[in-house]
Amino acid sequence: MALKIVKGSIDRMFDKNLQDLVRGIRNHKEDEAKYISTCIDEIKQELKQDNIAVKANAVCKLTYLQMLGYDVSWAAFNIVEVMSSSKFTYKRIGYLAASQCFHEGTDVIMLTTNQIRKDLSSPNQYDTGVALTGLSCFVTPDLARDLANDIMTLMSHTKPYIRKKAVLIMYKVFLKYPESLRPAFPRLKEKLEDPDPGVQSAAVNVICELARRNPKNYLSLAPLFFKLMTSSTNNWVLIKIIKLFGALTPLEPRLGKKLIEPLTNLIHSTSAMSLLYECVNTVIAVLISLSSGMPNHSASIQLCVQKLRILIEDSDQNLKYLGLLAMSKILKTHPKSVQSHKDLILQCLDDKDESIRLRALDLLYGMVSKKNLMEIVKKLMLHVDKAEGTTYRDELLTKIIDICSQNNYQYITNFEWYISILVELTRLEGTRHGHLIASQMLDVAIRVKAIRGFAVAQMAMLLDNAHLLTGNTQRNGICEVLYAAAWICGEFSEHLEDPMHTLEAMLRPKVATLPGHIQAVYVQNAAKLFATVLRKQEGAPDSQAAQETSQLLIDRLPLFVQSANLEVQERASCILQLVKYIQKLQQKDVEVAEEVSALFAGELNPVAPKAQKKVPVPEGLDLDAWINDPPSESESEDEKPKAVFAKEEPKHTRPRHPEVDEKELARRREARKQEQANNPFYIKSSPSSQKVYQDAPGVEHIPVVQIDLSVPLKVPGMPMSDQYVKLEEERRQKERAEKKKKEKKKKREKRGRGKKGDSGPESEEDITPAHQVDIVTEEMPENALPSDDDDKDPNDPHKALDIDLDKPLMDSEKLPVRTHRPEVLKSPAEDGDGEPAQAEPKKRSSKEKKEKKKDKDKDRKKSKEEKKKKKHKRDAEPEEPVEEQMEEPVQSEASAEVAAPPTSTPTEASDLDFWLSNAPEVEPTPPETTSTPETTSAAAPESEPEEPKDTEPEETKSSKHKKKKQKKEKEDKEKKKKKRHHHHHHHSDGAGDESVQNGTVEEEEPLPPMSNYCLLAENSYIKMVCDIQGNLQDGSQVVVSVIFENKSDCFLKSMEFNVLDSLNSKLQRPEGAGPHDGLTVPFQLPPGVSNEARFVFSVQSIVMPQKLKGTLTFIVKSEDSSTHEKLDFKLHFTCTSYLITTPCYSDAYAKLLESGDLKASSLKLEGVNMPFHHLLARICFHHHFSVVERIDSCASMYSRSIQGHHVCLLVKTSGETVSIDAKCDEPSLLGNVLEEIKQTFSRC
Amino acid sequence: MIKAILIFNNHGKPRLSKFYEHYSEDTEQQIIRETFHLVSKRDENVCNFLEGGLLIGGSDNKLIYRHYATLYFVFCVDSSESELGILDLIQVFVETLDKCFENVCELDLIFHVDKVHNILAEMVMGGMVLETNMNEIITQIDAQNKMEKSETFIFQSPRQDR
Repeated sequence: MALKIVKGSIDRMFDKNLQDLVRGIRNHKEDEAKYISTCIDEIKQELKQDNIAVKANAVCKLTYLQMLGYDVSWAAFNIVEVMSSSKFTYKRIGYLAASQCFHEGTDVIMLTTNQIRKDLSSPNQYDTGVALTGLSCFVTPDLARDLANDIMTLMSHTKPYIRKKAVLIMYKVFLKYPESLRPAFPRLKEKLEDPDPGVQSAAVNVICELARRNPKNYLSLAPLFFKLMTSSTNNWVLIKIIKLFGALTPLEPRLGKKLIEPLTNLIHSTSAMSLLYECVNTVIAVLISLSSGMPNHSASIQLCVQKLRILIEDSDQNLKYLGLLAMSKILKTHPKSVQSHKDLILQCLDDKDESIRLRALDLLYGMVSKKNLMEIVKKLMLHVDKAEGTTYRDELLTKIIDICSQNNYQYITNFEWYISILVELTRLEGTRHGHLIASQMLDVAIRVKAIRGFAVAQMAMLLDNAHLLTGNTQRNGICEVLYAAAWICGEFSEHLEDPMHTLEAMLRPKVATLPGHIQAVYVQNAAKLFATVLRKQEGAPDSQAAQETSQLLIDRLPLFVQSANLEVQERASCILQLVKYIQKLQQKDVEVAEEVSALFAGELNPVAPKAQKKVPVPEGLDLDAWINDPPSESESEDEKPKAVFAKEEPKHTRPRHPEVDEKELARRREARKQEQANNPFYIKSSPSSQKVYQDAPGVEHIPVVQIDLSVPLKVPGMPMSDQYVKLEEERRQKERAEKKKKEKKKKREKRGRGKKGDSGPESEEDITPAHQVDIVTEEMPENALPSDDDDKDPNDPHKALDIDLDKPLMDSEKLPVRTHRPEVLKSPAEDGDGEPAQAEPKKRSSKEKKEKKKDKDKDRKKSKEEKKKKKHKRDAEPEEPVEEQMEEPVQSEASAEVAAPPTSTPTEASDLDFWLSNAPEVEPTPPETTSTPETTSAAAPESEPEEPKDTEPEETKSSKHKKKKQKKEKEDKEKKKKKRHHHHHHHSDGAGDESVQNGTVEEEEPLPPMSNYCLLAENSYIKMVCDIQGNLQDGSQVVVSVIFENKSDCFLKSMEFNVLDSLNSKLQRPEGAGPHDGLTVPFQLPPGVSNEARFVFSVQSIVMPQKLKGTLTFIVKSEDSSTHEKLDFKLHFTCTSYLITTPCYSDAYAKLLESGDLKASSLKLEGVNMPFHHLLARICFHHHFSVVERIDSCASMYSRSIQGHHVCLLVKTSGETVSIDAKCDEPSLLGNVLEEIKQTFSRC
Repeated sequence: MIKAILIFNNHGKPRLSKFYEHYSEDTEQQIIRETFHLVSKRDENVCNFLEGGLLIGGSDNKLIYRHYATLYFVFCVDSSESELGILDLIQVFVETLDKCFENVCELDLIFHVDKVHNILAEMVMGGMVLETNMNEIITQIDAQNKMEKSETFIFQSPRQDR
């Protein structure tokens, strides 16, 4: 402490950095929590300082504490502060902290949008890189929407370092903002052929990730990937591509045929095990997809199995594991080829590595047949006894049950054997899977009628020996089987040999120690048994016996009436009263047996697990509608265990004994024990018997001599499953002999018939079940809906990414560009509101957003409904063209300007077909794209060319695919219609009477698409369009984004971009370059391709517009020649391009105007014929303004120059006249800006 | 996709945790604990892949780990990653650490988590593999360190004036 006082106050904050913190924590091992809490207090102090270095240091420490599990979300705002530091060191610290602790719920995240955008466009590549890395961890739907366009431009950054990061992060953007996928996809595809291998690999990575979830949309990329696969040498890329093919082949068997050869070559040639393994995997996938049809691929299977065997036999456990994993895939379609390696797999069951044993178990599942089931299960039972850990033993248990019960007990020939196996499994103490065994017992007993007699006998035995199972009720799941046993004995009591004895066993006082739900079943089924017993006894001459039975119940039931469990209590008291009444009747010598059994008459049918779900919803019933008003958010939701890493499917647990209940019980038991221990009057149970139950995992293997046995370890009279194996063997031999005799006879009789079942001496068909069992099928509701989508998770984020990518891009789909559009004209509540509601702008906008989301959802639903309706009545179709024509004028506006992202041609589908059907030598045509002008011009007035163009090449494809596509198209159209609808709605309302704050960009906005890209220069080879933007970070920088488009049929390369510097403006060149050197454009252009590059200029004065002369030189390379070409251009730096869209709140705006520092000027425009909100949108978009406030036909707007000049506009409209009053602190800048606005409107 | 990257020592003390999906701090600690529990009880000569574990649920996910001296490097990945590929990636990661820290040991990781994070950020981004070439990674790291150094020089000088 003394030291601290001595130190200066400034330095004080510096005395603990991350290293000191770590050291401190290590030195305070005994009171770590206390030490850290003082550290957090210090950090809080540091965060209050103004010095950014101190803050960064504090945030750095917080990041460390976060790793130790401390919540640091309270510092989120400080993290944002550090992120926005101009120093890279601090920025990196800030972004790291943000990436560790920000998430969608962090509210300050919305403050970061502009900061991130600034960093993304930073001239320093590491600023950009750090921002991208951080963003990849905490991107939210809002961020994704607002930044998608910025990131997309970064995909064509000059530095590969940035390109690869931008490409990777696009995947996250797609997930959060699926609308961005289509507009961004062409460029992503382009990156597959990026000259930099890192970028290429990133693009492959992203597309693989996308294709894995929705493979059918990516089939058209197959030729491109095929080319990459045969040309790439990067194993990482190869692995990804090969994995991708694995996902694609099931959709297109022809692709598989094409793949087999190169993959086999790779298998033979590669030395990398990882690659080899993936090749084998994909070959397997191919073979699965081909499983019917091609006969001569057995060689490939053999190759795979052989390679896998080598892997499995390898001493490297990793390879062994993977080998087994891949083997299990082959097993599904080619079980025969795997079954021959049964020895190897059984050997793996003895491996010391649990993962490997588990894999081998999986394989066994598929390897069983009627013939070997008993043998395999016997082996597994041995392993159960040997298993050391409960987890593995439980796994074995579930596997045994899985293996036996698979495919409706397909492989079980002898159910007596299976029941005995189940009974044997009940001896596993401490297993979690008691309920699994129980449900199997129930299932078999209910569905296999023939086995009921045997099952009941076994269950009675179990009940009689219940004390063996319940020895240690704590944490003992095995007592669940008593639930099944009691139920089976009760329900099928007619099969019982000695029902009286079983009844007696079910009413033992010890039963009261069982879990409540089991007791309840006991009580209920005791009543059923009672009914059966009565029937037997009343028939007998000795009537006294019946009364004795009633007396037994009357004596024993009160124990249950006192039960703490409501269910037990209720049932017990009900039955007790019933029996008392029966006894009364008996005493009057009335025969009651018939009536009592009538209580339980009727057969229970098994119901299929999905039956409930498949009950069709009656017409007019809305299951989602609230019956009452929704209750306020309950806290109980927090208690649900959250799934981690992947969303768990809701398990079908049996409602009667949820786990929570068990825990709760355990807790109570614990409490009771405590109480008992303190209670001197409580008589403790004898320790000796307790002990025996506790440690008996493998009952048989306990050396009998050493323990003082009070109970026999083997359940008396229990049949051993092994004896069945022998019996079965004998039976089969006998049968075989008989059959042979018969067959001989048959053969003699009719020789002409071909033989059946030629797969070995004893094929599956030869083995007949021991007793004919009719497996009762499960019940389904009447007119159940046939559905195959049972397993789809509706919450899967990838569902939203199921988007057709081959369809040409529509203008409405362009990514929201960096503008703040003024109109947020949607919330219907405000439509009629005359008063401008201004208060709390922030809150309102977020609210609006929410509302809009709802609206959108509704729209989506509606459009779906409509689609359905459409299907029914085709005559509604004539409407469509009308609507489409209404769309045209808006679309055609776009053709005046060039839209940035190129779209793919619809001919691709046919390319794929061609590629797949043709001989392998055919070079895949470069699956590139024609660019927008074509498509936009195609959208000319009267025709609707999209559809025919699109569907034509499809016709060769399978009709299924086609239908889907059309459907989707329709949906899109429908959506569009909806949008139009909105649009018109607004106009008719004529309600522009709301004040609107700057909203974020809305994709539903019915504005005509606009682009800031204007033509720079053009010749027969190349076209350049450019957009000029100021750089907010640096008051003296302007960024020029140029899109180069190759118009020729030749390859363009070695492009050099050069501009003659003026006194005021200079092109920024890399260090070491001379003042007249050109900049190399970082890419080459194949025919028809366009790409974007960015150039940074430094400017000194920004008050005047200026023009710079420049040239682009490039080499045109055609097949036989290459020529050097050049193209001159003039770059026009308007004053507008120095303005940056900056939002401004109305109060700040008012202050600014009041301050009197601004000079005024004004402008009048005549003959402007467009809606007011379009006018505003144009000013915003083309001149980088934002709307501060809008009232009726009057709006105030604001912008700021890169050097900090404020520019304010007041725009009024009446009729076709627009007047603009403007104020700015730099008159000449203002004059020029107004002049440019005038030009913009004179052009349209 | 890589879901999470964890480094902890033989006693389960976390040395680095990077989750590519959001969890609360408590859940994160629970995952680390559970993962440690799963990984630490395995023998040295068993395979490096691991399924199961309650928190890292989902049949699609897998733990892939390597054990170096006192540290466990654990990657939790889904089925789109190649198992052997990830093992190689861990190797690259460790070798890169070794180059950057010059004979890396646990202490380096303890005191310079931030640097480890920065190195990792050059290899894996948002759960996807960004770069596997060690030289490229080191070049970028060095360039950033150089930038950091030049900055510290600039803003340390005014402090000395004070």
